[in-house]
Amino acid sequence: MSVPLPAFVAVPLVTAFLLPIFGKKGKAVATFLANLATISLLVLAVSSIGQSGVYEIGKWSIPLGINLVLDGLSSLLLLAISVVSTAAMLFSTRYMEQYTAKAKYLSLFMLMVAGMNGVVLSGDIFNLFVFLEIASIASYALVGFGCEHEELEASFKYMVMGSIGSIFVLFAVALVYGNTGSLNMAYISKAIQSSGLNAGLTFALALFIAGFGLKAALVPFHAWLPDAHPSAPAPISAMLSGVIIKSLGVYALARVLFNVFGITIQTGWILIVLGLLSMIAGAFLAIGQWDFKRLLAYSSISQLGYVILGIGLGGLIIASEANVAWASLAILGGLFHLVNHAVYKSLLFLTSGSVQMSTGTRQMKQMGGLAEKMPVTRATCTIASASIAGIPPFSGFWSKLILVIAAIQAHLYWVAAIIVFVSLCTLIMYLKVQRYVFLGELPESLKEIKENRGSMLIAMIFLACLCVLMGLLLVPGLRFNILEPAVKVLMDGVSYSANIIGM
Amino acid sequence: MPYALCFLLLMIGLYCAVTKKNMIKIVIGIMVMEYAVNLFLIMLGYRLGGIAPIVEKGDLESGAEQIAASFLSASVDPLPQALVLTAIVISLGSLALMISICIRTYEKYGTFDITQIRRLKG
Repeated sequence: MSVPLPAFVAVPLVTAFLLPIFGKKGKAVATFLANLATISLLVLAVSSIGQSGVYEIGKWSIPLGINLVLDGLSSLLLLAISVVSTAAMLFSTRYMEQYTAKAKYLSLFMLMVAGMNGVVLSGDIFNLFVFLEIASIASYALVGFGCEHEELEASFKYMVMGSIGSIFVLFAVALVYGNTGSLNMAYISKAIQSSGLNAGLTFALALFIAGFGLKAALVPFHAWLPDAHPSAPAPISAMLSGVIIKSLGVYALARVLFNVFGITIQTGWILIVLGLLSMIAGAFLAIGQWDFKRLLAYSSISQLGYVILGIGLGGLIIASEANVAWASLAILGGLFHLVNHAVYKSLLFLTSGSVQMSTGTRQMKQMGGLAEKMPVTRATCTIASASIAGIPPFSGFWSKLILVIAAIQAHLYWVAAIIVFVSLCTLIMYLKVQRYVFLGELPESLKEIKENRGSMLIAMIFLACLCVLMGLLLVPGLRFNILEPAVKVLMDGVSYSANIIGM
Repeated sequence: MPYALCFLLLMIGLYCAVTKKNMIKIVIGIMVMEYAVNLFLIMLGYRLGGIAPIVEKGDLESGAEQIAASFLSASVDPLPQALVLTAIVISLGSLALMISICIRTYEKYGTFDITQIRRLKG
């Protein structure tokens, strides 16, 4: 195994503790170090593609010690996390000059990255909880980073909901340990296969769905997201919407449901219903918003619904023992949409940050005509909007198309209809953004504004290029290396344990 | 029976966190939930009159199998205790952050009542 797995956690963790040393004078050094760390993580993540392996921490063999597992799904998520964190870090180099205590911000940012990388790599269910809490606590603090009225209120709300979610997860871990006598995911999965689900394990499953659902902001549990995401500084909104809700919520949920408990028809339907509810409610609530970032936050709920729907649809087809090819197509659609959403939603939040920095407001009614003043922001925002609304050459179109095909093949025609309908709603909300922010009359008060320069532009252009090129992930060569291994992990289901123990 | 009481404690915490209007009381509710889960973890491994699974010098004479058998029949499970230690540290971290956010909010709004802290809507 050539990629050192502990480095994914160790590099950001060490950087996080180094950064506060530099204080006020060494701000430039701290910024440089943080950027260096995210870029080196990106390089590591790219080189980990197509590899798999198990790392035993401290050489304790598997059921005794904690292990890190790299497989297709983990490396897909690692790639998404490192791309978004590199762009967000570049963006914050300039954006965070507005705030004081930049070194502390960078330190919390790196802690969050360390937590997320740990969650996607962990092969031990209690360790997953620990990393989940590291990432969550760092993100609670970052949401309240501005320390103004709204930030504090949003942070408190996020924290209460997030803590309840974490407690549910911990309780579920305790129940699983009590019923199977193991904390290693592979061994738990083996124990569940041989003994079947009893009442305690079923309750644990319900708690896992509620706990990770709270972290992923699926619709009955979504109340914190539209407050927390807009209140955070823009690069953090990009991280929260782009990767936090995916790695802590969707990834963890998919891993536990597919690889540990084994997917059943009921859990497949639960995921589909949660996905559909999130899609519809998120889209309807988003259309009515006049706050730029709040609209984006509601749209995140709606788009995350697609991901959960795709994964649930795949699980349903697997569990009902229908054609496996369509199951893998549905999961492919879900995971592809996950990566796409990570890229374009973080880009949208970065553009909103750029607009907010220039105009000083998030209210769309007070904007207008920014197209001339901020050409790059406008261009990148249009690309991202086209992508999220599913306009053909861009990546969002392909993932939605795959989901529609999979839904039709599963004979769930109404699901396919809802997918198309929500996609139309998405188009409406992003046309609204374009109309009120970038087109129309330029208000008198905004005559003097200028485009932002430097690293903010680089970050936005980097993500915009990815948005355009992401469709290429479906080209066979790339697909077999990046997406297919991730799909295979979920398709294999509970035989995951055999792979880990056998390796 | 102890498990049911533990679950009751969890529910009391959840009720407190969901229905109370004072921020500090919400935090207390969340902490009650944390402790209920910690207690549950401890009880999973506990055994009435159990011994600590530690091998002392004198025990070695009886042989490995004898020691293993005595641990299986009489010792408490040490793993949940290690887990609870970790969980306590984590909950301490989040408690500190929660209380500091409460203090900052009080400085800004002059109240702990969440019905009056409502700038975010929609």
